[in-house]
Amino acid sequence: MQRFLNNPDDIVDETVAGFVKAHRDLVKLDPSNPRVVVARNAPVKGKVGIVTGGGSGHEPAFIGYAGRNMVDAVAVGELFSSPTAKSFIDAIKAADGGAGVAVLYGNYAGDNMNVKMARRMAAKDGIEVATVVANDDVCSAPLDERAKRRGVAGEIFMWKIGGAKAAEGASLSEVVASAQRAIDACRSVGVGLGPCTLPAVGHPNFLIEPGKMEIGIGHHGEPGTRLEDLKTANEVADDMVRIVLDDHDLPAGTEVAVLVSGLGATPVNELYVLYDRIEGQIAARGLSVHRAYVGNYFTSLEMVGATVTVLALDDELKRLLDVETACAGF
Amino acid sequence: MTGIANEGAGAIIGEVAAVIVANKAYLSEIDGKIGDGDHGVNMAKGFGRAAERLRGGETLDAAMQVLSDVLMSEIGGSMGPLYGMMFSDMADALAGKAVIDPAAFALMLRAGLDGVQEVGEAQVGDKTLMDSLVPAVAAFEAAVAAGAGFGSALDRMKAAAAAGRDSTIDLVARIGRSSRLGERSRGVLDAGATSCCMILTALADGVAKRLV
Repeated sequence: MQRFLNNPDDIVDETVAGFVKAHRDLVKLDPSNPRVVVARNAPVKGKVGIVTGGGSGHEPAFIGYAGRNMVDAVAVGELFSSPTAKSFIDAIKAADGGAGVAVLYGNYAGDNMNVKMARRMAAKDGIEVATVVANDDVCSAPLDERAKRRGVAGEIFMWKIGGAKAAEGASLSEVVASAQRAIDACRSVGVGLGPCTLPAVGHPNFLIEPGKMEIGIGHHGEPGTRLEDLKTANEVADDMVRIVLDDHDLPAGTEVAVLVSGLGATPVNELYVLYDRIEGQIAARGLSVHRAYVGNYFTSLEMVGATVTVLALDDELKRLLDVETACAGF
Repeated sequence: MTGIANEGAGAIIGEVAAVIVANKAYLSEIDGKIGDGDHGVNMAKGFGRAAERLRGGETLDAAMQVLSDVLMSEIGGSMGPLYGMMFSDMADALAGKAVIDPAAFALMLRAGLDGVQEVGEAQVGDKTLMDSLVPAVAAFEAAVAAGAGFGSALDRMKAAAAAGRDSTIDLVARIGRSSRLGERSRGVLDAGATSCCMILTALADGVAKRLV
């Protein structure tokens, strides 16, 4: 594939620099760490700070969710690689308004370690930190080992709910409880049709044969858990809905939010083709869609494919989801 | 007892970095089979940057601290904190020592292993760098306890690290990104165990060639 590239080693710095210029009404760069993107209005005195972070290459995640009533500060890692503990602690400091900081991030070994170390540093600085670890990716481990599951696009709902709760003036424990309930109510699945390439590596690190698809693919080019023949969009949509809803016993009448995200190289119109079928399948199970998001919300460089996330709503989650937000990702 | 001067031994870290940089493509290739293929890129970036910041003449612990700082504050990922803690705790164990003898080297290895265990959660058999590191440290300690000379203990450490690295081929990953693949992770070397073996081997070679 042909790419817009200078030196592959500079790609993350250049991405962040361009992002901060383009969205200067929403975000700023942390003056002491060029790998920390901070919401324009952060820190808000007396408000619980919301922090996230993760590897680059998932744009608009993670930086695109920095903004008002969302994430206060984002730690930025190398492509597909956790941010440093230093970037996490600098993000925590940038988000700290004196009421504690909630770090809401995805379940990956590197992020777990770097957040753990940053949390230790924050304790030394007298900043109270609590964490919620997203684990919404159904195919990455069985339900009874949910703690092992990866965090994927459900993280966006976790940030949205946590960010809205914090904006209402809730305490750190209340913010964390709502964010945890949000991720607990999320299920996601990814389907990959084509791999992606880290520019510095130069070749795809796995291949998907023509005519095949990977069910349960991860956000970092990890091969899926199942390889199948590529089917029609409707059949794929049916599979995806089946995987996420079979994992989540929802009573008829439950309202849900649905997020369909492209993985980077899938045309947006195909995402609407999937959504057309997905909403019908959800309705056929007696559930109703309160809100849908269809687009490139959480990508994986130029991977071909899509993820589907279903968030089961209750009154509080619904109210918080509907709180107005200003960030580049939504 | 034989040993090497700590003063000036920081150059060994430059030699370790050279090995990692030379194996950048190889490490990424192994990683790409069950991971995302960036292990070599990130390792080479971290070790290469650290080597550029060495002025020459440092003690081994000072050079390890430079390397640790780069890994912890500029590299991130999983390897940043794991190797960052390893070298930081190794450096603390050597600080103030004029001579690095087998006893000091053993303490350094043990401290590095403890550092990795503090931040990570992996055990031997999980298909991680621990599969190289744990047996290597144990082999060195056992050799010293049995009265082996420094050079011979280093040789046994290298052999144990290599055997540990090779053992990961038949393992199923139980931690980290490749663990989600289950059985599909069997049959390939673990990239972390491979880079750990390279680091230990280069450290051992660096010490051995300075022994007189």
